[in-house]
Amino acid sequence: MPTDIEKDEISGQYTTGHEWDGLHELNTPLPKWWLYTFYLCIAVAMAMFVLLPSIPWVHSYWHGTLGYSSRKVAMAEYAKMESLHADASRKIAAMSLADIRKDPALLETALTAGRITFANNCQPCHGAGGQGRPGFPNLADDVWLWGGKLSDIQTTVTHGIRSSDPDTRYSAMPTFGDDILTAQQIQQVADFVWVNFYGHAEPGVDTAPGAKIFADNCAACHGDKGQGGRDFGAPPLASHVHLYSESRDTIVAQVTKPRLGVMPNWGAKLDPATLKSVVLYVHSLGGGEE
Amino acid sequence: MNVVPPPIKTDPEQPSQSMYADHVTVYPKSVDGPVRRVKWAILFVCLSIYYLLPWLRWSRGEGKPSQAVLLDIVHRRFYMFGAEFWPQDIYLLTGLLILSAVSLFLVTSMFGRVWCGYACPQTAWTDLFMLVERWVEGDRNARIKLDHAPLSLNKLARKSAKHLIWFGIAFWTGGAWIMYYIDAPTLVREFWTGQSSAGVYGFIGLFTATTYVLAGWSREQVCTYMCPWPRFQASMLDEQSLIVTYQDQRGEPRSVGKRHDGNTHLGDCVDCGVCVAVCPTGIDIRDGIQLECINCGLCVDGCNSVMKKLGLPPGLVGWDTLADQKLRKQGKPREVPHYLRPRTMIYMAALGVAMAAMVVGFFSRPTLAVEAQHDRAPLFVMTRDGGIRNAYTLKLTNRLATANFDLSIQGLGNADLTVAESGVAEAPVLHVVGPGDDVVAYRVLVHVTTPALENGSHKFNFVLKNLQTGKIATYQSVFLGPGIAN
Repeated sequence: MPTDIEKDEISGQYTTGHEWDGLHELNTPLPKWWLYTFYLCIAVAMAMFVLLPSIPWVHSYWHGTLGYSSRKVAMAEYAKMESLHADASRKIAAMSLADIRKDPALLETALTAGRITFANNCQPCHGAGGQGRPGFPNLADDVWLWGGKLSDIQTTVTHGIRSSDPDTRYSAMPTFGDDILTAQQIQQVADFVWVNFYGHAEPGVDTAPGAKIFADNCAACHGDKGQGGRDFGAPPLASHVHLYSESRDTIVAQVTKPRLGVMPNWGAKLDPATLKSVVLYVHSLGGGEE
Repeated sequence: MNVVPPPIKTDPEQPSQSMYADHVTVYPKSVDGPVRRVKWAILFVCLSIYYLLPWLRWSRGEGKPSQAVLLDIVHRRFYMFGAEFWPQDIYLLTGLLILSAVSLFLVTSMFGRVWCGYACPQTAWTDLFMLVERWVEGDRNARIKLDHAPLSLNKLARKSAKHLIWFGIAFWTGGAWIMYYIDAPTLVREFWTGQSSAGVYGFIGLFTATTYVLAGWSREQVCTYMCPWPRFQASMLDEQSLIVTYQDQRGEPRSVGKRHDGNTHLGDCVDCGVCVAVCPTGIDIRDGIQLECINCGLCVDGCNSVMKKLGLPPGLVGWDTLADQKLRKQGKPREVPHYLRPRTMIYMAALGVAMAAMVVGFFSRPTLAVEAQHDRAPLFVMTRDGGIRNAYTLKLTNRLATANFDLSIQGLGNADLTVAESGVAEAPVLHVVGPGDDVVAYRVLVHVTTPALENGSHKFNFVLKNLQTGKIATYQSVFLGPGIAN
């Protein structure tokens, strides 16, 4: 209850006139200019209410006379980034892969775009960083089914492998278990590959029959030394890297009834700049050939 | 129950008091004396450094700014004479802030508010603006007279001149601030030819306005109402801190208009009011220690000059500690201020630790560094011949201008290196050109044909050698292969 303004004898100050159970509040005045800054703040707040989006209606809101919205600002930023991106994309689409590699800044852009494209499209099969999984080749090692030069990778990515594209890479390993080779012959050729190419010592195993079967049936594609044949997408057999798994049973299974991997023709889905970017990215993973 | 209210009287002459106080203009009178001269000297030195330092040149060679002190935000480099700071050195800034804070605490607990009275920019620029005011409008009485006089040509001319000079100083101050961020001669040229960015014009305008308002108009109001420091520095002060005080046992009762006839005891204070007139915050020091007092000591100069005229000893208003004052009131001898006491010793220890950390941090900044991050996927790749390849993202940091480097590997047998997508063939030693004064990241492939790994991993070092200086930086990393424990 405000009562009379009084003067406190001890401090010499006046009270505010408020009193609570005998306690009187001393008046310690704030400077007037400070009060005016409060008024100024109120005025600014009111102006901002009018200028900027402020009051929610039931189905809409007050948009403000300036027409500001944070979404518009974000979209403008986004459009700016898009246009920057479009410039780089145009360059990448127009230049040859070899020329892009000579431009470090553009290459960095392409590798970044390629990394994202790879993660979105290729990673489900080829794994993060192109590490591969059984049946899906590792793209970071030095073994390539169809070739590891930039142009080879570009062809593979564009047209796919055993895809619906007319220019797709295509080959089909015969189903040797289907009346071409007997079960015994398949075991013999598996022995030969296991010992001679995979390098596992199997004392007492005679690889001579298998060697002949290999020379007659397999060497045409996989090479007489098991070095593989890139014209046919035939994996090297004399290697520490194997497409499925390193076991003799896998060799038998693959000869009897081969599994044939399929890769989509990404040329139908990705624009040229994106496709080139992902080619450069795959080439950069570690196995890229010159 | 009858509760007797405290004795509060109603003043019939002041029936109503506003909740808001009018601003009372302070007209500080000019004063001369040792304190005033020390203050002028400090002001001159500090402001000279502030205004002139950006113009000091420093040769750093081709492609480097030639300003001695430059905070180049755009290129992320701070230059301080011979030292160059990178964003990585930000901890030194933290250290500097800690150092400043603890120094302030220490100085305050020893000597009271010397920061407020002498070194604070608000005090320095207010002093400078008051000097201009005194020069244009005259001393205290002339200014009071002028302010109360009706508008005349003389008043208009003097007021305009004052504000014009104030504005000039404020503009120079705001501009000088920006010169610490943008090369000074370039800034001046671009500013006057309209080529500076909107940000530069905006910031110079902002700092001009704040200087003009704070030093010209707000003055002691900043210290009393706006600054947080007077509020919490009370925790650094104790009865041993030096403060400006009035010796009331010597001064009271005030002897204005009375003669020393030997019969009645009269104090030395003649109530001339000079201590109040010279005070830049407009307080009466004789009321005791107050929040508004910035301990500048101008009242000491003022009072001493009067004491000298009266033939009385100086020091009626002077620096003293509350403890000492209490002793003297009890008739005991003066005590030397206890500068060494737990509070100051703790501050000194903290200061020493912070300083040592700063020095060590400053001198142990590497000029060359290599850091490696192992690829997460794939952890390793087996090559056709049975070798193992690991990929790393290497960050090379080089603070020197130009550099040719050899990157090699230590402790991993016959390893070959190459940079991904560089087209350079694998080799045991990789020649890297650059980075000069920069950080560069490379994706490096490490290939070992006959790996000897224990549990699928092997520790080794990347070694980066600066071929010009011979300086070597190493980074321990790990090479992974089959058999690694997941």
